[in-house]
Amino acid sequence: MSSTPIKKVTGKGVFVPGDDIDTDRIIPARFMKCITFDGLGEYLFRDVRKTESGEEKKHNLNDPRFAEASILVSGNNFGCGSSREHAPQSILRAGYNAVIAGSFAEIFFGNSTNLGVVCVIASDTDRKIITSEIEKQPELDITIDVENHKIWYGDQSVPCEIKPGARDSLLSGNYDPLDELLVGAGGVSKTAGALPYMQA
Amino acid sequence: MGKSLFEKVWNAHAVRQLVNGQTQLLIGTHLIHEVTSPQAFGMLRDRDLKVQYPHRTFATVDHIVPTNESVEPYSDPLAQGMIEELRKNCADNNVTFFDTNTGKQGVVHIVGPEQGITQPGTTIACGDSHTATHGAFGAIAFGIGTSQVRDVLATQTIALNELKVRRINVNGTLPPGVYAKDVVLHIIRLLGTQGGTGYAYEYAGTTFDKFTMEERMTVCNMSIEGGARVGYVNPDETTFEYLNGRPYSPKGAAWDAAVEQWKSFASDADCTFDDEVDIDASQIQPTVTWGITPGQGVGIEESIPAISDAPTQSERDSVAEALEYMQFEGGSPIKGKKIDVAFIGSCTNGRLSDFQEVAKYVKGHKVAEGVQAIIVPGSQVVAKIAEDLGLDKIFIEAGFEWRAAGCSMCLAMNPDKLVGDQLCASSSNRNFKGRQGSPTGRTMLMSPIMVAAAAVTGEVSDARNVFGFASAEV
Repeated sequence: MSSTPIKKVTGKGVFVPGDDIDTDRIIPARFMKCITFDGLGEYLFRDVRKTESGEEKKHNLNDPRFAEASILVSGNNFGCGSSREHAPQSILRAGYNAVIAGSFAEIFFGNSTNLGVVCVIASDTDRKIITSEIEKQPELDITIDVENHKIWYGDQSVPCEIKPGARDSLLSGNYDPLDELLVGAGGVSKTAGALPYMQA
Repeated sequence: MGKSLFEKVWNAHAVRQLVNGQTQLLIGTHLIHEVTSPQAFGMLRDRDLKVQYPHRTFATVDHIVPTNESVEPYSDPLAQGMIEELRKNCADNNVTFFDTNTGKQGVVHIVGPEQGITQPGTTIACGDSHTATHGAFGAIAFGIGTSQVRDVLATQTIALNELKVRRINVNGTLPPGVYAKDVVLHIIRLLGTQGGTGYAYEYAGTTFDKFTMEERMTVCNMSIEGGARVGYVNPDETTFEYLNGRPYSPKGAAWDAAVEQWKSFASDADCTFDDEVDIDASQIQPTVTWGITPGQGVGIEESIPAISDAPTQSERDSVAEALEYMQFEGGSPIKGKKIDVAFIGSCTNGRLSDFQEVAKYVKGHKVAEGVQAIIVPGSQVVAKIAEDLGLDKIFIEAGFEWRAAGCSMCLAMNPDKLVGDQLCASSSNRNFKGRQGSPTGRTMLMSPIMVAAAAVTGEVSDARNVFGFASAEV
């Protein structure tokens, strides 16, 4: 369905340290026993934020200074593991709409983009600059400029990368591909018709 | 110039190019399960869309099914709700459902191949990252998110970027006691957990030529743990022999035609790859993970790395985080870590040959005092054959629990979970923090034989010594 184009994302940031933050960490499987995505925001990073008995651990995600954050900053290979869309759904539903990381696992990246959660890549050095700025001034606005490949913090910026296809989809508001896929139905039956195993 | 299997299958299924440059790719076979499909059916209802090719979607239930109770309603009402939702969605949309009363239910990546649904030269998608398992047949198979499950249901296509292809050649003979699981843990250790991002892995070489289909599936299954969404092996006589006579395999003249077509999908001898890696099979050891990613593995004779061994600060941080979580000391031997739980099963190692191999060696041994050891068949079909062969009796006699088919302790969506900081020797595929159900639970990945060795000794052990492999060079 055609949605509002996403050219920029502005919000406050929070740093989730670590490489290889997997989708079980983003949302533990035991909270996926559901038939809708409603309410998944509550379980985002559940075991990172809380102990087994539910007490809050010392973590940026629990720090009131970052309570207003809507942009996650993390390490390399963010979102590795399961293909569960529950992961970006819980990120979105917890009020975050962008992730800045060193790199992304492929399935997570695709799932996030389909939902309009902006995932951009920044170097270790540039992420360090951003996280130290966030640490110094949690109220600082971070702006991801999708069009111009830049992350602004205050009046300064660092470069970022975003896959061309994802960038085009976000800028045009076509990041949910369903409508475009539906239009191709004629071509689909032609392609399927040439494959013996597709016949009923 | 020749083409790779990936290019050929991709081209045969490419419908058109989309505005953002992605390809609209036909998904010939769609597999669904109870966790990632209900929201997709909901999205279809919201938009008043129908399932376009219901005969090309197949369902089973695996993640949430309890392995120790078979009577519904299940004690967990959420699990009961999920199985009922799937039943209803399949009935409403004319989708074939291998339900628990069919004798065919099981882990989706075990059911597809054993029913003959998984075929060479096809595209296969499922809302599960271990879908690359089906690549063992020379299919392009990969995991998708729920919005893409919706896209497949509504259009039989998804929007996707074409992948590069890395060929991984494994040549030579594996030493005794070294299995397909060790091969894939070795590959991930070598190339890293994100080494495969943007790639399809083509597994080749004489080791793969000699592998059975079940061994090939074990390796393809864990492609995603190395970052590769797709992993495949070119189809050959081993593939065709496996498929011949399966319920959904073509029959008669159609079979002969299919085999000819399947052969044509194999990578051409003169094709080039975006990258190639060569591995000597004789150098691979029984491999065990010590950390919190599948890439953090060592050979059984090796020690766990020390923080100072890691070359960069970020790697030192990762090692430190893993050691702290696992409660291991850097530089200590991997051997001898006391385990609490042993788990044999999952889409990686829950097939008949896994159980036959374990049964051969555990006969006459007993599970160590204080260790809970469970063996979970990957499907009802596997369970039936194993029981007909009397394997269940061997396991029970040795002190293992023999369960009903399901994902079980691989992922903690059913009653099989670790408790507290229990340490589990596991034949599954992920050792992430909390993966097996307890936020502090600890997982060590290894082959089924190595799990069995840990179960009977109560600690991580070299199965070649424990079970006296005849020609083991240790």
